[in-house]
This record gives sequence, C-alpha cells and structure tokens, in this order.
Amino acid sequence: MTARPLNPRAAIDTRASLLVQDPRTKARNATEKRFRAYGLSAIVVALLALVWLLISIFGNGLPAFKQTFITLPVTLDAALLDKGGKRDPADLAKATTVTYGKLLASSLEADVAAKGLNLGDMKPKDLTKMISEESPATLRNRVLADPSLIGTTIEVNVLASGRIDGYYKGRVTMESAALDKNTSPAQLALADQLKTAGVMKTQINPGFLTMPDASDKRPEAAGLGVAIVGSLYMMFVVLVLALPIGVATSVYLEEFAPKNKFTDLIEVNIANLAAVPSIVYGILGLSIFINFAGLPQSAPIVGGLVLTLMTLPRIIIPTRAALKAVPPSIRDAALGIGASRLQTITHHVLPLAMPGILTGTIIGLAQALGETAPLLLIGMVAFVRDFPGGPPEGLFDPASALPVQIYNWTQRGDPGFVERASGAIIVLLVFLIAMNAVAIYFRRKFERRW
Amino acid sequence: MSIGLLSLIILGLAIAGYVIGRRKAVAQVEGDIRKLHSLPPFYGRITALLTAVPAFFLIAAWLLAQPLFLENKALSLINPAELPAGKSAELVMADVRRVAAGLNMLEARGDDVGPLLASPTALKSALNGAGVVLETEPTPSTLAATAALRDAGATSRLAMTGAALLLALAGLAFGLSRINPEYRARNATERFAMWLLMASSLVAVLTTVGIVASLLFESIHFFRLYPASEFFFSTVWKPQFGGGSSLGILPLLWGTLYVSVIALIVAVPIGLMSAIYLAEYASRSTRAWVKPAIEILAGIPTIVYGLFALVTVGPLLRDYFASPLGLGNSSSSVMTAGLVMGIMVIPFVSSLSDDIINAVPQSLRDGSLGLGATPSETIKQVVIPAALPGIVGAVLLAASRAIGETMIVVMGAGAAAKLSLDPFEAMTTVTVKIVSQLTGDTEFASPETLVAFALGLTLFCLTLALNIVALVIVRKYREQYE
Repeated sequence: MTARPLNPRAAIDTRASLLVQDPRTKARNATEKRFRAYGLSAIVVALLALVWLLISIFGNGLPAFKQTFITLPVTLDAALLDKGGKRDPADLAKATTVTYGKLLASSLEADVAAKGLNLGDMKPKDLTKMISEESPATLRNRVLADPSLIGTTIEVNVLASGRIDGYYKGRVTMESAALDKNTSPAQLALADQLKTAGVMKTQINPGFLTMPDASDKRPEAAGLGVAIVGSLYMMFVVLVLALPIGVATSVYLEEFAPKNKFTDLIEVNIANLAAVPSIVYGILGLSIFINFAGLPQSAPIVGGLVLTLMTLPRIIIPTRAALKAVPPSIRDAALGIGASRLQTITHHVLPLAMPGILTGTIIGLAQALGETAPLLLIGMVAFVRDFPGGPPEGLFDPASALPVQIYNWTQRGDPGFVERASGAIIVLLVFLIAMNAVAIYFRRKFERRW
Repeated sequence: MSIGLLSLIILGLAIAGYVIGRRKAVAQVEGDIRKLHSLPPFYGRITALLTAVPAFFLIAAWLLAQPLFLENKALSLINPAELPAGKSAELVMADVRRVAAGLNMLEARGDDVGPLLASPTALKSALNGAGVVLETEPTPSTLAATAALRDAGATSRLAMTGAALLLALAGLAFGLSRINPEYRARNATERFAMWLLMASSLVAVLTTVGIVASLLFESIHFFRLYPASEFFFSTVWKPQFGGGSSLGILPLLWGTLYVSVIALIVAVPIGLMSAIYLAEYASRSTRAWVKPAIEILAGIPTIVYGLFALVTVGPLLRDYFASPLGLGNSSSSVMTAGLVMGIMVIPFVSSLSDDIINAVPQSLRDGSLGLGATPSETIKQVVIPAALPGIVGAVLLAASRAIGETMIVVMGAGAAAKLSLDPFEAMTTVTVKIVSQLTGDTEFASPETLVAFALGLTLFCLTLALNIVALVIVRKYREQYE
C-alpha cells in the first residue's frame, strides 16, 4: 500500500531528492528569486531617480556660480562724465548709463586695437553687445560713490554679455550664434582671442549670491540677494511665531487638556491641517491677510504668516512626540517635592524634550523654506530689485523668496535663466541640507532613551 | 504712533509691573518673604502678565476688525448714481483703497497731500508718480470716500493706541491692588498661563475656520455671479477677462485625475515593492541607509521637481517618445508631470507601507513559513492580504498629495484645459488654474477671479475626503493587531 502522492507531478519525477530539485520546487524557487529581484529593482529605480534628479540639477546649475568677466583699463574722462567740472553729485548724476556704456565700448575697442586682435566682420560699435547691459550701471554707481575716480584710469572687471558667457558654458555655439540677433560668430571668435589675451576670464561669481534680480534680457547680472534676504525674513517670522505657539499648543494638549469633545476637535483639526494642500494656505493668506487685514502684497510678513500656519502642525506633531517620550517619573518627582504643574513643565519636562522639539522645528522650517505655491498667490512673484529695509519695517517691504525666484526665472525667455534657476536650486538645497544636518546632529547628540 | 513703538511701551510697562509688584510684595512683609503665600517673583509675574497680555490681545483684535468698520463707513459715502457703467460699488472700493494707500505713501515721503485731495487731475498724476496707476480720474464721491477712509483710519489708530495704553495701565493697577501677603500669586500665574496655552491651541482651530470661511464666502460670491450647474457640469474652460467666460471644472478635474493616476501608476509598484524588500528581505545595514535615501525624495522641495520636469524630463519625453512616435511635440504634457510626480510620491507610499508591513505580527509569517511556503509566497498570500487595508490607506494619502500638488503641474503639465486621452498632450489641473487666476493684479469682483475660490473649495473637499477615509482605514487596521 503506497501513500498517494500529494502532488501528481512529483510522482512523475522520480529523480526528486534533497539534492536534486523537482521541477515544481525549481519553479517556486525561481519565482522567489524573481520576486526578490523585483523588490531590489524597485529600490534601484527609486534611487536612480534621485541620482538622476540631482545630476540634472547640479549639471545645469553649477555653471551659474561662474561668470565670464572682461577686465579693462577705463579712462574716466572728466569732459564726458562731469560737464560742470565741479564734482557736484547732482551734475555727476546727469551722466546716464548710456554715456558709461559708450565709455566702456570705446575702452574695449582701444584695448582690442592695442592688443592687435582681429575684429573679423564686426564694426567697432558691435563691441557694445559683448558687454552686459548691466555693466554701465555698475560702473556708474562706482563713480558716483567715489567721484575722485574721475579723470583717472581704473581697471574695471565688467560682466560679459549673456551670450558670450553662454558660449563658454556650452549653451551657445557658432551655429546658433549665426541665427541669433543678439550675438554673432565674429563676436565669439573675438571672445576666444580676448580669452587667449587674458582680457576675458571665466571666474567664480560672488554676485550670484549678493546681487538683486535683473531684467529679462540680462541673465548674466541676475542674482539671489533679494530672494535670500526675503527668505531669511520669512524664516524669522515663522520661527518667532510657530515655535512658541506650537510648543504652547503641544504642552496644553499633552499635559493639561482634559479628555473631552473640545480637545478631540483640536486634535482632529491639527491632523487635517497637516494634510491640506499648500495652495489652499495661499488662498487663505490672500483673502485673510491681504484682502481682509490689508497687509501689503509681496511682503515677507505675509509670506511668514502663511508659512507659520502651514508649519504649525508640522511642529506640533514632533513636539508632542518629544513630550510623550519624557517619562512620567520625572513629572511625579518634581510634583512630589512641591513644584507646581507649570514649574514641572518649564523646569524639567521642556528642557528634557528640547532636542526633539528643536529637531522637529528645524525640519518644519526646512519644509517651509522650500514651499512655493502659497507664496505665488500672495504676490511674491513680483519683480523686486530693491533690497527690503532692515527689520522690523523691512518685513513689510516687497521682497522675493528663494523658491519663488526660481519659479520666476523658469518663466523667462532667455535660456541663460535656466542655468540661473538650477543654480538657485543648488543654493536652496545647500540651505536645506545644512538645516537637516543640524537637526540630525541635535538628534544624535542629545537623544536620550529612558 | 507706530505699532512697534506701542508694543515697546507696553512691554516697558510690563517690566515695570514686574519690578514694582515684586517690591510691593516684599515690602508688605518687611522683607520676611516666609510670610508671603508665594515666592516674590510670582507677584511680579502676575502683575506683568496682567499688564501686557490683555493690551496685546486688544491690539491684535483691533487690527483685524478695523478694516471691516472703516470700509462700511467709506462704502456708504459712495454715490450709487456716480458709479461708472458696469462697475459695482465694491470695484470702486478697491480704487478707494488704492488711492488711500497711495496718499499714505506720499505723506510718508513728506509731501503735502491737502491740495491733491481737492483736484482729481493733480491727484491722479501725483499717484502715478508714486507708482499707483489709476485708470480714470477719481470721482468726487470716490474722493470723499477716500478722505473719510483716511480720516477714520487715523482716528481709529489713535483710539487704538489710547485704548491699549489705558488697558495696560488698568491691568497694572489691578495687578498691584491685589498684592497682599495672602494673595495666591503662584496659583494665579498658573491659571493665567494655562489660559494662554489654551488660547494658542485655538490657533489651529482658527486656521481651519479661516480656510473654510474664506473659501466658502468667496465661493458663494462666485456662485451668485455664475451658475453652479455650469461650473460643475460644463466641459469648457475658457475664461475671458471682460465677460462671457465659460468656467467648467470638468476639464480641470480630468487633467488633475489623469496626472494623479499616472503618478500613482509610477509610484505604487515602485513604492510598494521597495517597502516589501526593505521590510522582508533587506539586512539591517542596507535598510539603515536605503530608507533615509528614499525619504530624501520627500524632503526635496516641489519647485525642484518642477524644474526637473521642465528642463530634463519634458524635453526628453518629447524628443525620444512623443515626436518619433508622432504623438505630439509639446514638452509639457500629462506624462511629464505624472512621471515626475510619481517619483515625488514614491516615499509617501513606501514609508507608510513599510511601517504597515512591519506591523503585521511575526506569528503569521512564522506560521506560513513553517508550512513550507517560500518567503515570496508568504508575502503574497499572507503578509500583503493582512496589510492590505493599511496599504490602501497609504495609496489614498499619496493620491491626496498628488491631487493637491501645484508646482510640478504648473511647470510640467501645461496650461490648456482639455478633455483628451492622449498622455503626451498638454493639459491643465485645478491647482494650475488657481495659480493662474489669482496671480498678478486682480479684481475681486469678477467671476474669472472668484472661480479660483470655488476651485480651491473643490480641491479642499476632495483632499479632505481622501485623507479622512485613509486615516480611518489606517487606524482601523492598526487597532486590528494591537
């Protein structure tokens, strides 16, 4: 009497043993391997997407930190710049950027002639186009700040035009220049000669971090100065408002609140607020802070208030977790030796929960720093060239913000702005990485397990 | 007086209150503080709190309520007979507000604005010089309303300063009058602080009320100007500033759902399989670095994904897929936005699924493995079915993320409202249209602008419903094994 085989196929395959697998086992093991490979490849795909994203951003953006400059000796002719001859500031201001532009062009022309470079089919006046439209204004401001320069010959370091700069970053080629009315192959050929002669150099450009935004046709002069100041102001508002309110709410809910309908309502609210799409906060800011309370558009204070409301649940949730992690024995001990409930919390519970609270706050701030959509609705997209004043009045001046500046640059026509936008993202990511690194440091250094 | 200065004065009064309160308490027991009910600082603290807190609450409330009263007063001065054709009183109020703001600006610069109010022409040119551009010269009744608004504003500011200072002084006097050795200053401070904590927890409730109120109020306003049935059931989205727009939400909802579905098709398999691998197969050390690495994807700001879609993914899809296959030549498309959004949503699926798979009791796995199932059979036939409700919750949360996402679709999906099946065509979403209808200079009386609030309300309800369902499912599931 033989037992009926469980699996009919196993009966057919007589070679099956511990050492030799039957086909069914083989198939099952192959499925196992395949399944594992699917899992592994999903992870690989996710990580590859991350790497691809970072490579694309860094590849596009790193050139933004370098810029092509032209170094020129410029003779600041008193007859041109100061017709009155008295160095009167009002008189000096009459010389417009057009005059300074001509001055720069003739200096470049003289330099090209002195070095014996070949102009190709260019007329001397085409040389103006090789210099950024922003440079005359820079030179003018320098002269207005120090009128004693007039009459002397100074060495100036001016920005080359966006197209020349793009040529050295691979954005512009001889073929594309032939079709472009803003530049010509002859300009590029001359640029190459200037580069060999040492007049033109591509070097690190600190102006990218300090200069304000520039108009549509001057990507080479656009910088992040105003945006960085605006973002810092907003982070300041968020920190000042969200941290105390968030900690107070968490303390109330964790330590004082009785279990009743009202407390439940607050809890459900906070959970839901964390999941409301960020654009809805923008609508809230527009209708409450701007239309109803009459605060100015584009102001960091409004951005800060909107981001505060958005960040609150993101601070409350980790803060409550940190408070929960403090063992009850500490509270009991403090109460036992006569401390009041508030003293127990301010003297013992909060200091012990502080690392967790700070970590949560920093991560919340980092998220707020990268938020774009709500800021679009409260008018932060406006073109702002003037730095906002010092706090506290400066909080009400128009300003930009890092993520909005990035969005703004992507909407512009000149391809030079794509590089700027990617460069700005690198700046933003550096800020975020720094903030997260601080948060991780806090967690590692002060984390305590009871 | 500026609000900054006023706050400083009140803070100064509070500090004075602390010092005097403390001294008074100590003086009453002639320096023998054992006779006091509480330690001396508590007497100081309660006096300082009573001085500063009510005054600050008054200022905040006043600033919020002020515009309401002022506008009503100015609105009543506008003569309905003088309204230009097609303009409502509210549109004129917007002008009044701008003129008043412009005049304040001129005054801050030190100009004399008295003569300007008398002559509309001079006023218009002066305001133009200050950067406030008016379409037409203000009518006499607009001017009267402006003047009234400005007068009332100045009076109200003065009244607020007086009231706040008075309240601060009254608080100070009240606090000091209560000080005597039997006064339980510590208990009073505690109670006061407790009320403050409770008030801050109300901020969360107020935010929700604010969101719902602003969305509802303006949406009702919109539905008065534009029929709701058209809005919800029309398939044409064609806003025209100047009237005669068709504002049907269906093409926008279609775009939103299409992009979100593509995002989920990308994110769910990748996220789920990563979660399974990390929870069931990966060694502790692999898990320790892979999990945070995937979560980086969630920490990257959406503007970065937007640029990635615009600069890299869009052109790539157009040049290597859409154009060669003859499917269109637009670099912004549903596919671009969906793909990039899918990458963004991966960590939302994977992190939550990972937690949920880890919460499945080990005994279930042991039982299955003990019966001879391979690990993959255990996962497919035991772990996943057990974790299914939680995973569904995770996917719903990811879907709500995708529906509410703005920057990726603004930069990747395009702006044309279309009802089409072609994934390589540019389409638009609800969030994109909220942004485009509300950015720039807008008047808040036309249906073209107000529609953004109705869109916002739809979006809010949609994501809220998804979130609540997801949270309920996840909570139920968690309770099952606890």
